[in-house]
Amino acid sequence: MSDAAARNGRPSRSSYDAVVVGGGHNGLACAAYLARAGRKVLVLERRHVLGGAAVSEELHPGFTFSVCSYVVSLLRPHIIRDLQLERHGLELIPLECSFLPLPDGRSLTRWSDPNRTRQEIARFSPRDAEVYPEFGLAMTRLARFAKQVIDEPAPDPASLDPRELFRLLRLGRAMKSFDAEMRYLNFKLMTMSAVDFLDQWFESDVLKGPMSVSGIIGTFLGVRSPGTAYVLLHHYMGEIDGAFRSWGFAKGGTGSVSNAIASAARSFGAEILTGAPVAHARIASGRTNGVVLENGDEIGAKVVVSGLDPHRTFLSLVGAQHLDADFLAGIRRFKMRGSSGKVNLAVDRLPSFTSRPGDGPHLQGDIAIAPGVDYLERAYDDAKYGDFSRRPYLNVVIPSTVDPSVAPPGKHIVSCFVQYAPYDIKEGASNWPARREAFGDAVVDTLAEYCPGLKESILYRQVLTPWDLEREFGLTEGNIFHGELSLEQLLFLRPAAGWARYRTPIDRLWICASGTHPGGGIMAAPGEIASRLLLKSGQV
Amino acid sequence: MPIPTPFHERTSALCVSLFWKDWSGYHAVRSYDTTHEREYFTLHHAAGLIDVSPLYKYEVTGPDAAAFLAYVTVKDIRRLKVGRVTYLCWCDDHGKVADDGTVSRLGQDRFRITAAEPAGAWLMQRAAGYRVQIVDVSASLAALSLQGPTSRAILKEITVGADLDALRYFGVTEASLAGIPVHISRTGYTGELGFEIWIPAQQALAAYDALMTAGQAHRIGPVGLDAMDMTRIEAGYIMNGVDYFSAHHCLLESRKSTPYELGLGRTVDLQREPFVGQEALKAEVASGSAWAIVGLVYDWDEFEALFAAVGLPPQVPAGAWRSPVPVYSEAGRQVGYATSGSWSPLLKKNLALASVRAAHAAPGTKLKIEVTVEFHRRLVTATVTKMPFYDPERKRR
Repeated sequence: MSDAAARNGRPSRSSYDAVVVGGGHNGLACAAYLARAGRKVLVLERRHVLGGAAVSEELHPGFTFSVCSYVVSLLRPHIIRDLQLERHGLELIPLECSFLPLPDGRSLTRWSDPNRTRQEIARFSPRDAEVYPEFGLAMTRLARFAKQVIDEPAPDPASLDPRELFRLLRLGRAMKSFDAEMRYLNFKLMTMSAVDFLDQWFESDVLKGPMSVSGIIGTFLGVRSPGTAYVLLHHYMGEIDGAFRSWGFAKGGTGSVSNAIASAARSFGAEILTGAPVAHARIASGRTNGVVLENGDEIGAKVVVSGLDPHRTFLSLVGAQHLDADFLAGIRRFKMRGSSGKVNLAVDRLPSFTSRPGDGPHLQGDIAIAPGVDYLERAYDDAKYGDFSRRPYLNVVIPSTVDPSVAPPGKHIVSCFVQYAPYDIKEGASNWPARREAFGDAVVDTLAEYCPGLKESILYRQVLTPWDLEREFGLTEGNIFHGELSLEQLLFLRPAAGWARYRTPIDRLWICASGTHPGGGIMAAPGEIASRLLLKSGQV
Repeated sequence: MPIPTPFHERTSALCVSLFWKDWSGYHAVRSYDTTHEREYFTLHHAAGLIDVSPLYKYEVTGPDAAAFLAYVTVKDIRRLKVGRVTYLCWCDDHGKVADDGTVSRLGQDRFRITAAEPAGAWLMQRAAGYRVQIVDVSASLAALSLQGPTSRAILKEITVGADLDALRYFGVTEASLAGIPVHISRTGYTGELGFEIWIPAQQALAAYDALMTAGQAHRIGPVGLDAMDMTRIEAGYIMNGVDYFSAHHCLLESRKSTPYELGLGRTVDLQREPFVGQEALKAEVASGSAWAIVGLVYDWDEFEALFAAVGLPPQVPAGAWRSPVPVYSEAGRQVGYATSGSWSPLLKKNLALASVRAAHAAPGTKLKIEVTVEFHRRLVTATVTKMPFYDPERKRR
């Protein structure tokens, strides 16, 4: 049984229908659906804890950190219902607002209440305040279209299979509901920079700063780089309770998402082992039939499902010798390029911002350090030439304000997502450890400018550079999405043209994580859609 | 014109939304913020402080107090131990429910009963021959409900004279809260770990301040009735005046309900000395009940598809609703009506409480419920589901 297996740290069988390599949320979701369909499934996780980059860890006594990913939005609601994740401990708490402190002591807070938001924006631009809802409506219309794309396998325009054509046709029909203006907008979205796109609506730099950053999260591009507008939309697709554009915390940290999926998977009979690193897939004549663990154990499988990113899947789990040169070159070209880091702080009191002192609901959402477009572009400039941003863009959350279970009473967790931190610093990626603390200092110094007293309140600090993300969490080059969410790496091109259906050139080897359609962001959609196609394939 | 509760000075300062309602003649906050969303999550993840002073409260004392309460309610209160609370209902002579509430046994001969409606006169009319005293303490006893996972930690910081770790679900104890003599019961209307604190009205503000101060580190927040209404539906708690109507006010016989029809059969101790409504209830048990209150869960895929058909994302109600909607059998015949419901952000499910003909009340039964989609009436499948919908372990542990 699964519990016995977990206790012994050994699988209960020598062979399974499916072995899933990597216990991140996608691997677990895939395993849960396969197990639900009655298949014998084993998940092998290298680390001592499940979740991959959706993980909670008590790094300092009493403080539970969402070590990597820190907010949940795109987790597909049908997956929550299918797997009954609430029974397995998943609780989502929406973010209250988006708070932007400014260096001059002013601030802009965008609330879920539209009137309140209008009043806030009007202090900077009465015109923008009125236009803001129009923008939201346009994005929601585009997001609705996109939503049909993310819940289905990516359509393949190169295929002549009638089913594919039908799929494209259906999308085309959805497109038809757009008037000409919306269709043009859709194309602009695909090609413009985030800032140019926003310029169509807004005049205020104070507003455009925090809005444009959604376009650069996890990419090695600046807010003025073409192609970043699309990623804005990716962040508009977040939905909670059918309402678009809402983000939330998972109670107990994002690891709760993974743990809930794992618990659901176990309830369907899946076995999950931690501390079980896989050395490579067993491959003979272009076909896999199991895996070899680092300890030498071998486990047979009808199919092997990789929850790793495309680089690690093909260059490490499979090995270049089993792949043809063209495919390999495509995978090598698939842009990983980590551009962000993470600084996690345990503090002994609630941070107080100069521009809005004391406790309040403004601390219960996300806090952006993004005072203007130039600031953000300058942060990118540092990165372009191989350095971390001296004054980076920060996305800060204090989950303990709404979920006191993650910190001791009166104490708090301050989680800072930091961009830019290029994987390839000019000293070379392997020299990141020597720069790590300087990077951490730059982050804390930046935040402390808005939040005096922060430094004195720090009880513990964890600094994760892209190099750390690669080593500890297996994210190649520290890319948080298993590959940039840029247009040329999405849909039928993710992770490689012709290979967007979770199959790989190795027979019986499947891939199910964020490096596949529809991408990253704790959606669990790749894992679920992969399981659907895998079950349909008849291979298990 | 409603009057203030003993906490009004504090609650009115916090209620920036100015969103109030009349609860039994008192000003009661619906939500402190412009929406109740944050308060809902405070109840589930931290601790919410709710002013429940408008509840009707009566103290029943005297050597015959237990026997008297056993006579007027459906439960054999004589078996209730000191330091325990029980949930029950009471009926008219025809076994139709007049109200529901809790009875706390504060001492061998001392009880407190809570009610949604005035019950003093009715109780007193039936007290003849019993050595009891019935005192209406509704105004003199203020009440706060502190609900949520951190509620116990908050109370422990400022309470002496009571072991709150040992206070079991539906237990009640005397305690000194910040020096104020109070009763603390492990009860509530949210389905969460939670407590109700019964405070002399003169010391209400001091108790409120002490709780808010101690609660800060545990992320306490004031919570209004709208958020509580969502959690009570998740917990499957019915409400007098919403999910059923007190027999005392019903013009139509068909509006009245029996305990069995309300799912309160478990509170009835039928085989014992006579109590009010007993004969009728015995007859009902023998012949079977006509109606049942059930939990319904909407089919999400159908619900979503109805909205998708008109080009909208699914629109869930923003809060709990209480305007009745018809419920049909799969064959399309109306078999009942849903009386209240809520979207559960926690469960990601659309929930309703409904009264249906007994034949359609078995868990798993598929019914149809009316929803309005873009001004048009539609039907969506809803499955009869065992309640509570949400039942966290911490509530009882």
